[in-house]
Amino acid sequence: MIELNQVSFTYHGRTEPVLSDVTLSIGEGELVLFAGQTGAGKSTLLGTINGLVPHFTGGHLEGTVSVDGITTRSRPPREFAHLVGVVGQDPLAGFVTDTVEDELAYGMEQLGLNPQVMRRRVEETLDLLGIAELRRRALRTLSGGQQQRVAIGSVLTTHPKVLVLDEPTSALDPTAAEEVLATLARLVEDLGTTVLMAEHRMERVIPFADRMIYVPGTGAVVDGTPPEVLKDMPIAPPIVHLGRLASWDPLPMSVRDARRRASSLTLGAPPVRTTTAGEELLTASGVVVRYGPKVAVREVDLALRAGEVLAMMGRNGSGKSSLLWAVQGSGPRQGGKVTVGGKDPKTLSSAEARELVGMVPQTASDLLYLQTVAAECDAADAESGAEPGSCRGLLDRLAPGIDPASHPRDLSEGQRLALVLAVQLSAAPRIMLLDEPTRGLDYTAKAALAQMIASLTAEGKAVVVATHDVEFVATIAHRVLVMAEGEVVSDGPTGEVLGGSPAFATQVAKILGEPWLTVDDVRSALPQEVR
Amino acid sequence: MTSYFLPRDLHPAAWWVWALGLAVAATRTTNPWLLLTIVAVAGYVVVARRSEAPWALAFRLYLYLGAFIVAVRVFFRLVFGGAEGSTIILRLPEIPLPEWAAGIRLFGDVSAESLLGGLYDGMRLATMVICLGAANALANPKRLLKAMPPALYEVGTAVIVALSVFPQLAESVLRVRRARKLRGGSGKKVKALHAILIPVLEDALSRSLQLAASMDSRGYGRAGMVAARARLITGTLMIIGLIGVCVGVYATLDGSTPRYLAAPVLSAGVLVGLAGFWSAGKRVQRTRYRPDRWHLAEVVAAASGIGVAAILFTTSNVNPMNMNPSLINLSWPLLSWGPLLGVLIGVLPAFLTPVPEPPYAAHEKEAHEKEAHA
Repeated sequence: MIELNQVSFTYHGRTEPVLSDVTLSIGEGELVLFAGQTGAGKSTLLGTINGLVPHFTGGHLEGTVSVDGITTRSRPPREFAHLVGVVGQDPLAGFVTDTVEDELAYGMEQLGLNPQVMRRRVEETLDLLGIAELRRRALRTLSGGQQQRVAIGSVLTTHPKVLVLDEPTSALDPTAAEEVLATLARLVEDLGTTVLMAEHRMERVIPFADRMIYVPGTGAVVDGTPPEVLKDMPIAPPIVHLGRLASWDPLPMSVRDARRRASSLTLGAPPVRTTTAGEELLTASGVVVRYGPKVAVREVDLALRAGEVLAMMGRNGSGKSSLLWAVQGSGPRQGGKVTVGGKDPKTLSSAEARELVGMVPQTASDLLYLQTVAAECDAADAESGAEPGSCRGLLDRLAPGIDPASHPRDLSEGQRLALVLAVQLSAAPRIMLLDEPTRGLDYTAKAALAQMIASLTAEGKAVVVATHDVEFVATIAHRVLVMAEGEVVSDGPTGEVLGGSPAFATQVAKILGEPWLTVDDVRSALPQEVR
Repeated sequence: MTSYFLPRDLHPAAWWVWALGLAVAATRTTNPWLLLTIVAVAGYVVVARRSEAPWALAFRLYLYLGAFIVAVRVFFRLVFGGAEGSTIILRLPEIPLPEWAAGIRLFGDVSAESLLGGLYDGMRLATMVICLGAANALANPKRLLKAMPPALYEVGTAVIVALSVFPQLAESVLRVRRARKLRGGSGKKVKALHAILIPVLEDALSRSLQLAASMDSRGYGRAGMVAARARLITGTLMIIGLIGVCVGVYATLDGSTPRYLAAPVLSAGVLVGLAGFWSAGKRVQRTRYRPDRWHLAEVVAAASGIGVAAILFTTSNVNPMNMNPSLINLSWPLLSWGPLLGVLIGVLPAFLTPVPEPPYAAHEKEAHEKEAHA
């Protein structure tokens, strides 16, 4: 179905090729999972399939890519619309029309299918994806998971032979991601389409993947069955890390799989999570935030101590962001009191407020507006009245080795986050609020972020992280606060809150039970000789 | 008969033909009674047949705009020389202007004739604007774009994309402005603008690149290449046709231009333009999902609009006095039966067309209720 023959690709203006001499042959009906770090070349590889690379991106491609016998050399991507359906990360950015039904029909209109066929296929697709009740809705009003399902539906209506999905869940919250992945699993069973998917929630896809291709970033690719490839892959889900630690062979590919093996594991006492919280830095009581008739935060009390990491969880729209903005002082707050060092940040100017409470918003790049990293750092020093070079110093501690002359937009997601964090830290606040910092980060970048946060708390700062990522919370947080409908549902030490509920259980907790949250917990409890 | 009245959205072009018919009728008269009747007819049909979509609720704004136009017209007559005619009703002190402004008068005597002239004129313009507002309220603008001839498909898509980009742009401006506060937020005006503009534009640019990639991989513009010659022919036909239509419309509406420039040039222009459309649309192999069909109800709506225009045209030729009340001998404007009944034809669509389909919000509510029951 898909043949890549000695494909090499170099972006314009780069000397190093992203892909070099890649030869792959993917048969009909296969589901292939692509893995690799952000920027390693996964998206480039997937883009070559329908010719977006290099027709759309520019750059130099050697070798041949052919789908169903047609090479991408001879035709532009639009001539592959009936063969290859492409779904990207951000569904909203790819929508052409504005209602669900029109969006589903768009591709077929371009192909010139006759109206009866279009009508029938739209109805079939609405049912297949379970979005029939949304048919007349405006796309912008849908939730992320619904949007992504519409995006998948809109490429399925043309009945493509190949479906290419480039991290379809990376911009979604876990519930929406589950929704999309469950839909995809059903499609694979029902339709028999060839599916090429890059996905960092690997553990969800691995059970039904026929093949896995790891793109390490050296230009070459590693190709094989999932257990083979995962064996030596540096980025891997916690299950695989646990499997490696316990030297299970073959590696477990699903939670069920691992749970069966787990009985053989002899473990010592579970680790005790100690909280080393110091003095109270921030006290908030009865915080109310409302937008018109909608109450976003309903009389929430919050206390932050020095050296503590508080994770804030809860579904989208549960009031996490609104609470963070209100506490920082920049967002609206209709009631309640916030005290930081005897002052209320809301009453201060925004320059003074950020010296008390710093915040990195959800779209961190909104704060960046200059041409180079060095210029951003200088501007930050000037804005905060800090010593020249202090922002750069912070950045070097958080993420060493960023070229000062590079454009902030060219940095990786994790590096950009580090830059914004450094900019905000240059005002030397003792409290740092991070709104969904893990969105779009891969395993490596998340580990780096965890280290940054740990180094902040070591200095006696308090950090609040709003996130959906259970594994991340298990690694860094001392305390977890769960919100729903603007109210605090539970608030307590990480072990208690995460371990106690199936919805928030980490993979390791699902395998080994409550007290075990992370692979590190298990590692520390293993008998010495195994370690 | 039941199938005729099944709820459905009428073809947007039918509403436009109807509304333009009323607007053209309004251009033929300055009789305030007739103009008010036209506004009433348009308003009644809008209330009876509009959907609950946002554009449908904008009709009120057009009414305000109409009132504003009338007020401005009358006010201007008051301020700048309103002394034509003999019935002076208001004596304002005239403000002497320097030599170079000769020909312009500020205040001074105001006559009833000139105020009335301003009122009639303003009402005519306001009625036309309100008629266009009625079309806007009744016809879904997006469906109208979709109903464009194949030759204009690309333009239509571009407009639709642009329309959906605006709310996104507004959203990202708000987001970035809020985020700006987190970084101190102050700074000089120019710098602050810079700090908002750059992230917003970057955002917009990366979004549009993603959209372009998505459209490309979904087959947008598959129609293939067109020979330069074919493009030249199409272009020439379109431009000549357009010029013909412009000249023709002008001549038709303005009674003083030679008649041979009116109907003949207009129809020739339309024909040439259509030929251009046809030759441009020939190469397009695209189909349309659930296109709006032109059924009997559409014919009724369009015909009633055209009917109003036609009747006012004929009566204005027969009996011009009542259509344009005299401003020399002041008297109550008279209304004769012919034009009044003619205008009332325009209200027929309020009874003879199917009601629009209930909007998705109502569907949703139903669905929610069902879910709640389950």
